[in-house]
Amino acid sequence: MNLEMLDEIMRTYGYEESGVVAMLQDIQRKERYVPEAELRLVAERVGIPASRVYGLATFYRSFSLKPRGEHIINVCLGTACHVRGGARVMDKFTRDIGIQPGETTPDGKVTIEPVRCVGCCGLAPVVVVDEEVHGKMNQKKVSRIVEECRGVHREGVQA
Amino acid sequence: MPRVSVEELKAIRERFRGFRRLREGKARARVVVHMGACGLKAGGRNILSRLLAAREQERAGEEVLVTVSGCAGQCDQEPMITVEVEGEDPVRYGRLNEETAVRILEEHAIGGRVVSEFVCVPSRTSGGVP
Amino acid sequence: MACAGTGCLSNRSADVKKTLQEEIARHGLDDEVLVVSTGCNGFCEQGPILVALPDGIFYQKVTVKDVPGLVEKYLLGGEPVESLLYRPPGQKEAVARMKDIQFFRDQRPIVLRNKGLIDPESIDEYIGMDGYQAMVKGLLEMTPEQIVEEVKKSGLRGRGGAGFPTGVKWEFCRKSPGNGKFLICNADEGDPGAFMDRSILEADPHSVLEGMVLAARAIGASEGVVYVRDEYPLALRRLQIAIQQAGDYGFLGEDILGSGHDFRIRVVRGGGAFVCGEETALIRSVEGRPGRPVPRPPFPAQKGLWGRPTVINNVETLSNVPTILREGGEWYARMGTSSSRGTKVFSLVGKVNNTGLVEVPMGTTLRQIIFDIGGGIPGGKRFKAIQSGGPSGGCIPESLVDLPVDYEELTKVGAIMGSGGLIVMDETSCMVDVARFFLGFLMDESCGKCTPCREGILRMHEILTDITEGRGTMEQLALLEELALAVKDASLCALGGTAPNPVLSTLRYFRDEYVAHIRDRKCPAGVCRSLIHYRILSERCTGCTACARACPAEAVKGKKKEKHEINAEVCIRCGACHEACNFEAVQVY
Repeated sequence: MNLEMLDEIMRTYGYEESGVVAMLQDIQRKERYVPEAELRLVAERVGIPASRVYGLATFYRSFSLKPRGEHIINVCLGTACHVRGGARVMDKFTRDIGIQPGETTPDGKVTIEPVRCVGCCGLAPVVVVDEEVHGKMNQKKVSRIVEECRGVHREGVQA
Repeated sequence: MPRVSVEELKAIRERFRGFRRLREGKARARVVVHMGACGLKAGGRNILSRLLAAREQERAGEEVLVTVSGCAGQCDQEPMITVEVEGEDPVRYGRLNEETAVRILEEHAIGGRVVSEFVCVPSRTSGGVP
Repeated sequence: MACAGTGCLSNRSADVKKTLQEEIARHGLDDEVLVVSTGCNGFCEQGPILVALPDGIFYQKVTVKDVPGLVEKYLLGGEPVESLLYRPPGQKEAVARMKDIQFFRDQRPIVLRNKGLIDPESIDEYIGMDGYQAMVKGLLEMTPEQIVEEVKKSGLRGRGGAGFPTGVKWEFCRKSPGNGKFLICNADEGDPGAFMDRSILEADPHSVLEGMVLAARAIGASEGVVYVRDEYPLALRRLQIAIQQAGDYGFLGEDILGSGHDFRIRVVRGGGAFVCGEETALIRSVEGRPGRPVPRPPFPAQKGLWGRPTVINNVETLSNVPTILREGGEWYARMGTSSSRGTKVFSLVGKVNNTGLVEVPMGTTLRQIIFDIGGGIPGGKRFKAIQSGGPSGGCIPESLVDLPVDYEELTKVGAIMGSGGLIVMDETSCMVDVARFFLGFLMDESCGKCTPCREGILRMHEILTDITEGRGTMEQLALLEELALAVKDASLCALGGTAPNPVLSTLRYFRDEYVAHIRDRKCPAGVCRSLIHYRILSERCTGCTACARACPAEAVKGKKKEKHEINAEVCIRCGACHEACNFEAVQVY
């Protein structure tokens, strides 16, 4: 992220300590994770130790300090999804893509992450792929999503 | 935008109440214009706009709902409208023109008297509308 | 009206709406038919949902493909499209009108009164539903003390979990010395399995804002914060639109309606931590610090945000307030039970036919909720238990299905009201696995500040893992119980204090299941992977090869049109064959 953009984010929250979580959220929205350089810069500009920003970024579950893939597959493991077989859906994803929950494929294309409830419990089990919600999942639908993600790659390569 | 006063708030409420009645289906009477392909061809659309204008003129927007539905299954009788007054059986009128339709709105939907000369069938239900 | 809640949007309701508009325009009906988006209708199981007014016809599971037919047959032809109507489970007859569908008929909507009826992005439509009338009354005709009194009279209790009387909380804060009081609306719905707050914000955000203006007036606050989950992008957007509109109309800001009352609202996005449901932790999070709880007293009503007196109310609580002031506290108190007044919104999910949000008077029995409104258990399975109150709650067995639901009754049987998540479980849900699931969640979410919670939950989770993986011993079971009681007693905040509930309640009602896992090395529900086997019933197998094609481990052997078999040594027990089989030939043992 360029400095200007980062500065704009920090300005939105008045360079204040109470806005650090929001700054990190905005950074993550752009970069898909919170890079160390940005984290250090936030600390410097806000005027607090980097350890405190790191503390926030690790306390709150929504932040990732590792780069994440182009596609982020969030498998809901909330209660409703659990009783309707969410864990099996997760297993299928990890099997098909070949990485564990929380990991990113070596080519940087796909990240699989568990989430605790996206509030669509009526459609359990639920998967969110790049902010798009897929409800009433089963193993067959997983295969389709994995194919789609891969299909998008191919198009991406051609383009 | 200027701030809204208590009076203006009331006005907004009144303005959107008709909308609410439509959505809740709470009006006292309802005039259904049958606008299937047959009704449209027979001039249903003009009847609808005349009815809406007449209702405004009579300031009956609150109590009378004007809605549309599709083919009522008696295409030869088009243009048709059905008037439903709360608590009474619906009455269907047929072979109308703009003037007779407005008269039915005024006399039946607002005034409460059935205009017998245009009644096509005393329907059990409002026909096409479930 | 096209439902545009998160649930239906995920089912492509936006595309359905677009196609609908195109089709309507194509038939020249744009003047007669208005297509509007609404917030979550609550009946998410059946999404995407369209409701056609004034007839009140309820169309469900509408796809883009269905739209042209719908326009021609229904809008032009006037006949409801039979195939898109709702059919109650087990019945052939379709039900056309929304008000005749039992899911809606047995509900008593107050908080959800506008859901699916108004456009959440239009303040005028909210006003058309008597919106902001209570604000006029509260700011111009009542004193703050009278507002407090009215809410006390209504008997409204906090809908976020603990059930503390709202009026008393307000009075406490009102009387606390100190200037610059704060009101916080907690919209950080953390309970996995509950989604009413998201739904309220998506469907009727102004009701929350109006409730906040009134609450702020009652306690004497001029600043408010909505602390909302960052994972709810749609709710967040609609909330921000609503705040903007209310500000434009002068319902937020300085000197509201000339009453002299100032009130501003700011939105703070949560970072996704369950512990932030705890009031002191939430306050720290709003201050921009890690959300770790601190001991009470002092209570937030005395020393809260930035050290100033603060009231924290949940979304649903605040959304009740305008109706209470408009209709009167006594009117509200006439609904419900003697200790729990009014209605409660439940999110009914899990193994039940009609999943979604339901709002019923307190005291409605679980049976009514699950079987009358919920339509019973799918697939002819047997009801086993219902989990109430999220990770801090407990499981209630079938024998107590006639329990009237209110705060006290739920606590008596070892569960809690919590935020109103009700997860239905049938005979294929393993209670030990459910307990382990909740403990796993709490283990992740424990903030780590106090030892009983941090270490105790970890150890309990270890024991439960041993049991579900077939390594459990009876001694461990005793230790589990002892640990549970210790964590309950010794934890700093409610997260740890209630964390053992899932264990204690399942031990209380389903001890035999624990014993079956330990002694017989069997999971009676067929869930725990280490203890189950898949087998193909040869009399049902048609040799269609669906299971063999689905198997990722090549464990299914058999030729086309011949009986198939599963090689247990290769089988990874993923359940793919079970899911793939159309003849229920794959059985779990």
